[in-house]
Amino acid sequence: MAYEDASLAQGNVVTVYRESLRLRLERFPWWFLVILLVTALTALIITTKSTYTEAFSFIRAGLSVTIMTTISAYFIALTLGMITGLGRISRNVVFKNLATFYVEVVRGIPMLVLIFFIALVLVPAVTSSLNTLGERLSAAGLGGLGAFFSSVTNKGVPMQLRAVIALSVTYGAFSAEIFRAGIQSIHKGQMEAARSQGMTYGQAMRYVILPQAIRNVLPALGNDFISMLKDSSLVSVLAVRDITQVAKLYAGQTFRYPEAYLTLAVLYLSMTMLLSLGVKVLEKRFQSS
Amino acid sequence: MSEEENIIVIRDVSKWFGKVQALRKVNLSIRRGSVVVIIGPSGSGKSTLLRCINHMEVEDEGEILIDGQQLPRSEKLINAIRADIGMVFQHFYLYPHLTVLENITLAQRIVRRRSKEEAERIAREQLNRVGIGEKADSFPAQLSGGQQQRVAIARALAMNPKIMLFDEPTSALDPEMIKEVLDVMLDLAKAGITMVVVTHEMGFARAAADEVVFMDEGQIIEQGEPAMVFDHPRHERTRFFLSQILHK
Ligand SMILES: Nc1ncnc2c1ncn2[C@@H]1O[C@H](COP(=O)(O)OP(=O)(O)OP(=O)(O)O)[C@@H](O)[C@H]1O
Ligand SMILES: [Mg+2]
Repeated sequence: MAYEDASLAQGNVVTVYRESLRLRLERFPWWFLVILLVTALTALIITTKSTYTEAFSFIRAGLSVTIMTTISAYFIALTLGMITGLGRISRNVVFKNLATFYVEVVRGIPMLVLIFFIALVLVPAVTSSLNTLGERLSAAGLGGLGAFFSSVTNKGVPMQLRAVIALSVTYGAFSAEIFRAGIQSIHKGQMEAARSQGMTYGQAMRYVILPQAIRNVLPALGNDFISMLKDSSLVSVLAVRDITQVAKLYAGQTFRYPEAYLTLAVLYLSMTMLLSLGVKVLEKRFQSS
Repeated sequence: MSEEENIIVIRDVSKWFGKVQALRKVNLSIRRGSVVVIIGPSGSGKSTLLRCINHMEVEDEGEILIDGQQLPRSEKLINAIRADIGMVFQHFYLYPHLTVLENITLAQRIVRRRSKEEAERIAREQLNRVGIGEKADSFPAQLSGGQQQRVAIARALAMNPKIMLFDEPTSALDPEMIKEVLDVMLDLAKAGITMVVVTHEMGFARAAADEVVFMDEGQIIEQGEPAMVFDHPRHERTRFFLSQILHK
């Protein structure tokens, strides 16, 4: 009897083990393994094949521009998005309409077109109106201030800065919607409780609603950063020397297309994979707390 | 009864939500230190009346006097008055991202402008008062419903309110937790805090209430001492309502 029981128990253990192995095999992220392999293979080619080594070192020069553009545009976009998100839910009619106008306009225009428009139409328009203002000020006897405004020339605003402005404006509208959704996901009882204690709307927002809302949207904001990194490649159309632009230049000079674009693609892929891993870790950490 | 004795005076207050009239010319005076229990069927305007008292809703007609002062229309002054009126909700509405202690110190610090030390001292005092001093560093999600509601009461008390409003404070609780919250409320009643309580806990009303108010369809139908209203209701609607909640 005892013997039988033991063997039966053993049999169960084996099947449980087998099942868990199968489950594990099914759950294993094979796609990720393939990406790792491709990345590793490309890295190997880059270190061994001279044309690839050359392409890589050429393209690498654009890395700091890509990273700086992404990071600075991202943080400006977050600020802009937070303000606009608050505007979208504001009871102030002017604030609300301004915010909605901005979001809807940006959402209705392709990003590429927006980048051209902001960098080549909006920025020059702003500088020229600053110049006019400067002239008026000088004429009105405010020489110092006038001279300053007049000195802001179109050329004085470098393309990389325009690219950052364009990306910020575009992503500001995206993250505004994330913030708005985050704030609206917080139960209205939270605002009621805070207001019933005598907090102003602003205090309730700052100390009660936003901390909860931001925690909820952290993964979405993280994904926005990843999208921003990818979309930063669009600024190459402004001849800003990010990795896409230098890859394009390299390909144009040497006609080595695989070298240029495989390297470029794998470069983006390894950065975004790393970042999305980071976002997942972030997500897990906030879920458990 | 002189006017000064009444800490809350509600005169001819009406309130509409679109086409729905939630309050119809409500008149009610509440003496300082008294406990008033409001009962009535769902949708009769009980919550709306409470929310008008601290101006979470603004009445469309009539006036409400707190301590002889008409409720102001300016945001700033309203905030000051709200700080003096504690409110306890059916679903607690604790701040989930803050610890119990922080829940109780937040408004003390930013509205009352108390120092961290003072706010924490008061918070611990109030937590002990509601019997959960040891939970100061927990997060709301780690507490039972009854404990959360007691934290919510401590949070309101820490502001030194002149008036405490309770909107069905026990109706979201499991039966075994109702008593611990009602016991705390009974203590407050004995301590002489002015309380306006929407509840259908008859036991609490009989033990603590100076007055029971029955509302229906936005009107006060009758009011009086608990024994009067519960045992000898004068109106048919009151009788019907009481028979319904007693048979549940
Ligand atoms: N914010 C609002 N918007 C629209 N209608 C509302 C609002 N608040 C309350 N009402 C309506 O006003 C009436 C009174 O509601 P109130 O919440 O005061 O009733 P109550 O007596 O508290 O009911 P319950 O016992 O269900 O809580 C109801 O018809 C309700 O639908
Ligand atoms: Mg209600």
